[in-house]
Amino acid sequence: MTQAASTRSWTELRPARKSAIPEGLWLRCPSCGQMIYRKQMEANLHVCPECSHHFRIGAVERVKQLADTGSFQPMFSNLRPTDPLRFKDLKAYAERLTAEQIRTGQNDAVLAGTCFIKGRPAMLTCLDLTFMMGSMGSVVGETITRSIESATEQGLPLVIVSCSGGARMQESGLSLMQMAKTSAALARLDDAGGLFISVLTDPTTGGVTASFAMLGDVIFAEPKALIGFAGPRVIQQTIRQELPEGFQRSEFLLQSGLVDRVVARQDLRSELARVIDYAGK
Amino acid sequence: MSTFYQLDFEKPIREIEQQIEAGEQAAKGPRPPDGAVAIDEGPSVDLAALREQRTRALERIYSQLSPGDVVRVARHPSRPQTRDYIQALCRDFAELHGDRRFGDDPAIVTGFGRIDSIKCLIVGHQKGRSTQEKIACHFGCAHPEGYRKALAKMQLAEKFGLPIVTLVDTPGAYPGLGAEQRGQAEAIAVNLREMSRLRTPIVSVVIGEGGSGGALGIAVSDRVAMLEFSWYSVISPEGCAAILWKQANEQTNNAAARALKLTARDNLELGIVDEVIREPLGGAHRDTAGAAANLKAWIVSQLQTLRQIPVDDLVKARYERFRRMGSFRQEDPETAQE
Ligand SMILES: [Zn+2]
Repeated sequence: MTQAASTRSWTELRPARKSAIPEGLWLRCPSCGQMIYRKQMEANLHVCPECSHHFRIGAVERVKQLADTGSFQPMFSNLRPTDPLRFKDLKAYAERLTAEQIRTGQNDAVLAGTCFIKGRPAMLTCLDLTFMMGSMGSVVGETITRSIESATEQGLPLVIVSCSGGARMQESGLSLMQMAKTSAALARLDDAGGLFISVLTDPTTGGVTASFAMLGDVIFAEPKALIGFAGPRVIQQTIRQELPEGFQRSEFLLQSGLVDRVVARQDLRSELARVIDYAGK
Repeated sequence: MSTFYQLDFEKPIREIEQQIEAGEQAAKGPRPPDGAVAIDEGPSVDLAALREQRTRALERIYSQLSPGDVVRVARHPSRPQTRDYIQALCRDFAELHGDRRFGDDPAIVTGFGRIDSIKCLIVGHQKGRSTQEKIACHFGCAHPEGYRKALAKMQLAEKFGLPIVTLVDTPGAYPGLGAEQRGQAEAIAVNLREMSRLRTPIVSVVIGEGGSGGALGIAVSDRVAMLEFSWYSVISPEGCAAILWKQANEQTNNAAARALKLTARDNLELGIVDEVIREPLGGAHRDTAGAAANLKAWIVSQLQTLRQIPVDDLVKARYERFRRMGSFRQEDPETAQE
């Protein structure tokens, strides 16, 4: 019996294929293998023009794609991670944080604010895979919770775009508690009749999936995103057999009844607006 | 004294106990007719002194367990499990089965019971004692139907005004094909959300292993305690070592156990649990009745207190309990860069 741990998955998910978007003019699509013109791919919402492969994108790009131009007003951006456990593995967490902050220019793995989506006001919160695999520690949990509370108070539809390896190990129990905190805040939003649309993107696993990400009133998933509780490798080690093709991908979740729609990136804005029109206040 | 030994740090205790057993044998019957006839053991072993020595050894060893050793004690095969505690705590336990959707997961036990005179609903992970039971329970790793069963019964408790007692003892929720397909993540997430607003008192005790979301899935409670030699963390030490130390072996597992701050005392200091419940000398695996008595005293006192609180205040305080968890710095918004 292996140690069945939900949050084990995050580093086994290769680091964001960040090398898939090199600085060169051309890049090879990891899905269809075609050489594609980088600018054309970027202009196409970071989707391969040949095969519709959805490249992973950071929170800044995500906000740019979803919010009406110039409408995004960042909130809670003054929160900074600390190192409450003085955690040290092969590298100290404090050093890891500093390195990630310098590399990404961000404080932590989340970006939140108010915006308009096709003219509809909304609270938009996006996780960022480029910062420590989008893992949820105290800052991510607190930002998500404040977004939920703010949406509840202001009567705004809430959109959270998830991509994460799960809870952040370096804050251990405190990360685990963010799962309870965010989910409890969603209970209050629900009590107030507020709308929460959860958008799952590649990859969404572990403690993020097992808390707010699966609690959307409506849940969208981008095509072929890996979405699950345990990571594929952990499952494989436990059951000792090959995983079926497409297992834990968006289309599999749709078939299993776990998400409402698989939505291509180019349709995401209009699909969000449509649901807000039906269900938002 | 018939503890099933396997922990290497208990070796000195075992040696003393062997002497005590030998002494007791010698004191009891006639000496064996042949073989090694009493060589030079002296007229009689000082049993009282040996027992005293054993007590001191237990005190010494168990007061300085490393986090890695605590994990070993928490997994001791003789450590009492949920069903053992139910038997010790409850008269008249009425087990309730099934999630009404898919099946009945034996890895989570639910049912009505009376602790002292308090009627309540009991929910707990069950790891299994016999090989057969262990396999059926997936060693305490619950499936989505286990979490859904737990919630369904907790909602029954809410409906009938019964307080809820949950006992946490899981390495983690089960990672498997069916579990994923039936929405393991969703099942846990829904429990977190719904437990936070259940209009009845909830108390939880981590009795052995508190592995990640699978543990939290039945522990969004008004009061949370840990038994002295249990662990509670976002990931198992082995899982953490495999990822952050790139390999899981004895040394990295111990390092991860230390780094994760997973002991009862650590969790108390982090504000994640409210109390550490003492275990009998040398751990619960030596004395189920003693452990159960301590557990019962805590549960009863908490439930008596919580019952006095108006339910609106109770639910609000539960929200606040989790709301304040976390550690971050808040910079002056003026100077914070956007
Ligand atoms: Zn392509």
